[in-house]
Amino acid sequence: MVKDIDIPAGAGFLDYAPAPESTSILKLRDSYGLFIDGDFVDGHGTPFSTVSPATEKVIAEIATANERDVDLAVAAARRAYDKTWSKLSGADRGKYLFRIARLVQERARELAVAESLDNGKPIKESRDVDVPLVAAWFFYYAGWADKLDYAGLGANPKALGVAGQVIPWNFPLLMLAWKVAPALAAGNTVVLKPAETTSLTALLFAEILQQADLPKGVVNIVTGAGATGATLVRHPDVDKVAFTGSTAVGREIAKAIAGTGKKVTLELGGKAANIVFDDAPIDQAIEGIVNGIFFNQGHVCCAGSRLLVQENIHDEVIDRLKSRLSTLRLGDPLDKNTDIGAINSQEQLERITALVAAGEAEGAERWSAPCDFPENGFWYAPTIFTNVSTSSRVAREEIFGPVLSVLTFRTPAEAIAKANNTPYGLSAGIWSDKGSKILAVADKLRAGVIWANTFNRFDPASPFGGYKESGYGREGGRHGLTAYLAASGSSSPRSDNPRGSSSPRSGRIETKGAGR
Amino acid sequence: MTHLTIPKTYKLYIGGKFPRTESGRSYEVTTPKGKFLANAALASRKDGRDAVVAARAAQPGWAGATAYNRGQVLYRIAEVLEGRREQFVAEISASEGVSKSVATAQVEAAIDSWVWFAGWADKYVQVAGTGNPVAGPYFNLSVPEPTGVVAIVAPQGKGASLLGLVNVVAPAIVSGNTVVVIASQQHPLSSISLAEVFATSDLPGGVVNVLTGSPAEIAPWLASHADVNALDLAGADALDWVELEIAAADTLKRVLHPEPGVPPRTLDRIVALTETKTVWHTKSLI
Amino acid sequence: MNATNSGVTTRTALAPAERATRLLGAELTEKSLRLHLEGLPGVDAVGLEQRAAALGTRSIKTTSKAWALDRIIELIDLTTLEGADTPGKVRSLVAKAVTPDPSSPDTPRVAAVCVYGDMVPDAVAALGALHGDPDDGLISVAAVATAFPSGRASLAVKLADTRDAVAAGADEIDMVIDRGAFLAGRYGEVFEQIVAVKEACRREDGSFASLKVILETGELNSYDNVRRASWLAILAGGDFIKTSTGKVSPAATLPVTLLMLEVVRDWYRLTGEKIGVKPAGGIRTSKDAIKYLVTVAETVGEEWLQPHLFRFGASSLLNDVLLQRQKLQTGHYSGPDYVTID
Repeated sequence: MVKDIDIPAGAGFLDYAPAPESTSILKLRDSYGLFIDGDFVDGHGTPFSTVSPATEKVIAEIATANERDVDLAVAAARRAYDKTWSKLSGADRGKYLFRIARLVQERARELAVAESLDNGKPIKESRDVDVPLVAAWFFYYAGWADKLDYAGLGANPKALGVAGQVIPWNFPLLMLAWKVAPALAAGNTVVLKPAETTSLTALLFAEILQQADLPKGVVNIVTGAGATGATLVRHPDVDKVAFTGSTAVGREIAKAIAGTGKKVTLELGGKAANIVFDDAPIDQAIEGIVNGIFFNQGHVCCAGSRLLVQENIHDEVIDRLKSRLSTLRLGDPLDKNTDIGAINSQEQLERITALVAAGEAEGAERWSAPCDFPENGFWYAPTIFTNVSTSSRVAREEIFGPVLSVLTFRTPAEAIAKANNTPYGLSAGIWSDKGSKILAVADKLRAGVIWANTFNRFDPASPFGGYKESGYGREGGRHGLTAYLAASGSSSPRSDNPRGSSSPRSGRIETKGAGR
Repeated sequence: MTHLTIPKTYKLYIGGKFPRTESGRSYEVTTPKGKFLANAALASRKDGRDAVVAARAAQPGWAGATAYNRGQVLYRIAEVLEGRREQFVAEISASEGVSKSVATAQVEAAIDSWVWFAGWADKYVQVAGTGNPVAGPYFNLSVPEPTGVVAIVAPQGKGASLLGLVNVVAPAIVSGNTVVVIASQQHPLSSISLAEVFATSDLPGGVVNVLTGSPAEIAPWLASHADVNALDLAGADALDWVELEIAAADTLKRVLHPEPGVPPRTLDRIVALTETKTVWHTKSLI
Repeated sequence: MNATNSGVTTRTALAPAERATRLLGAELTEKSLRLHLEGLPGVDAVGLEQRAAALGTRSIKTTSKAWALDRIIELIDLTTLEGADTPGKVRSLVAKAVTPDPSSPDTPRVAAVCVYGDMVPDAVAALGALHGDPDDGLISVAAVATAFPSGRASLAVKLADTRDAVAAGADEIDMVIDRGAFLAGRYGEVFEQIVAVKEACRREDGSFASLKVILETGELNSYDNVRRASWLAILAGGDFIKTSTGKVSPAATLPVTLLMLEVVRDWYRLTGEKIGVKPAGGIRTSKDAIKYLVTVAETVGEEWLQPHLFRFGASSLLNDVLLQRQKLQTGHYSGPDYVTID
């Protein structure tokens, strides 16, 4: 009875037809300056081009801020802090943030297209995850601005002053929101350094700030490479440093600011365990594994890059996973049906390739989903490693790409031990239908965010951040707000210690390559 | 009949035992006027290493105890300390060169600190944690948890030999951390006597490990030790503590900065040595 | 049936059914069936619904869309299940099934018409030479049976209902399971009824009418139950598993259909045997129907997009597809007056 059917000529239904999001919504300039004191100004460094990683075509030319520019930006932020922002009521600060949230919603599609163009992430992710969360982040913290007495630091907590913020390229606009929204709500002013390869949406955001009529200098954006970020975090007039990026750079920042009394938040690398027990809701677990490591091409610090699967279901899980991965679509980030977009840069692609080669050399078994790559751009097929030993580099190092390492365990205790056996401690996943087991395992995992029967969920009300070498401090929720405040009784943290910013400590350590 | 007194041998406290330093070294503890009081152990980096091993081994069990249990253990420390207050008064007044009443005030404040922190054991989570109303069908809770093994440079000065020590050790252990503490170099006697209180107070061995000797010598080894999670520099203001903070950055340790004098007892100190863990779980009726 | 009301399972052997025997062994009992069904992996509702929602965001354009619209028509069981149905209404339905869009002769025919059992002779008569296998470009007759929609009748009545419809020429029987027995945990009773109805689908020449087992998922309360009921219906010999009668809300939903497709996929992985799925009720627009096609294609594969493995139980869906079809062909939006009511 059951007969084969005709699939439309040429390709299957599943190939769909291209459904590209129109870029006509974008009105990009040919070149972008720095955003300092409310205006776009030229940088004094050598400008650089930002390319689309999917086509390698130049999108725009972007200014580089040198030390002098960073000075100007910090000075503008200081002036704005002293003269305007710290004098505003919390309610008025909140109103500016609400305005920003609404403007982001109004220009959501444009921002999503720009993000996918510049970063290479699938439009469905920038459209359905990144940009909606950006608006939500500003909306959430807007409401905090006039309620700081309830932040948990007692009455009348104080802002810290000027915040220097350095963000990564994996979620460019979202990381900006994570940093800027709580800083402004708490009453700080900001100098932000976006990642070199993904500055575009930060500069569009600067236009939004102009539309919101945010007072000049409250937010300043300095673009450039690692050196610009290093200059910013080491600047003596920066009171608070917030950084998201690699553990290596985070470590350098922690050293650079040691002894200065600057308050610091670091969101660094991870090598999250995604633990699948044999009583897991299996179809959802498969989706969770896929979402855990292949969301945003695996360019996620909290990615579930180590799959820990109970030995008795290993083969079945791998089997199901492979068939599921074969349905993922890799290609044009602007196509609404794309699941896997472009790797953000040539440099990152090389890093992934090198680590995968190391995994193979160490004897792990590699399987990659069958994918056709576009002619230009940077691409990597969803890849799974099985037969991975716990000592293998692909089981220990952060790959930051669409590569999953599979390990097995036999008992919950073994799962916990293997999950914790890493210097990182950012996130973890647990899949089981047994609530008591989930809660007991969650208790014992040394990680800051634990997803049970889900993965990679984010919300402005939910604190996010790591244990151990994944950094310190939390972003999101009330915790994220207090990272930008000091109790009213405390002396300012900058005068806390006699070796404050004016001490010989400033500039003692060279920080190279801050910001990735 | 006169009784010839038996002087105490002051040793280290590691893993619930009182070993001599592996280095075999000691140093003279005197009154401010130079009168000999005792020979204290001059701990080495290897003692520090052993103390970290003991602290790490004790950490999961201590953190896994119920909050009620930890609270009772801390309260028990206050009880036992109360019973031995005369010994502490004598040691403090001799070592710090203060009057009996000043020493008594310090001991009483230290006893009260244990009681105060004991009460926090089952409350700090409620005050520092949050229930998070996320936009989706998820149960979502953030709770502070102990950060792990904490290395502490105890307050060094006058007035701090017992109280300073208590106000840094108690907030660290109340949440479930375990501690390696370098005692006051000049006034180490009450730290070892306090260790004797620990040993008789149901505090599991290894939860607090006390090293006497030179902070300048031992602290760098603890600051750079990869199995230490946090570094409390409360009493390190006279050291090159910036170097210690830089060393700690290699493994991204949490660092508390120097606090001259006796650090006040605060909830902040408890929370500063915790990690916030956020747990998401799906919610559905069907 | 010997299952007790107290919930204590009996050792009574169940009627033999080939699939169940193959999977669970020759001595099939209520207990072994229960252990099997309750041992199936659980379903996390949030994850299931998120996956369904994600599949719903696929964007189908141009040639794929044209193909999809025609394929939807070819997968429709054009349905009328009203107390007020008459031979005239059924003739009209058949006419629509045969010629969905008189203005566009290349419009494909639907897979089947679906009617109450007593209307089968009228449907067969109205179809005449066009009655047959959709694979041959013809139209099948499906009949709801077994005291549809409640299923509250004795087994004898249900079997008579089924035999009548088959004898009258129904190619397909859409039966309902006993939800009361299922929810009370009497899986064996549900199983035996399906087995018996399947047997009642046997024609004189030994061939069988295709059996669609309606789970009425809107009454099963949980996704875990949907998975168990799907598995049970397949074990008992169902050719299709179908979501709903259309008389209970909620009827078909995308998450429920996704879950049933996952069961069908797992059955295929286990046995190599292909089972059909029929979401019914509540699918009214082309946009929704395309989401189902995407879900089928990405869960079990495109080979399932054929009338013997996937159907839509629908009435108003057809006209919306025709409107979209006209829009694709003319380049402008059409209106309800440009398609026939039935």
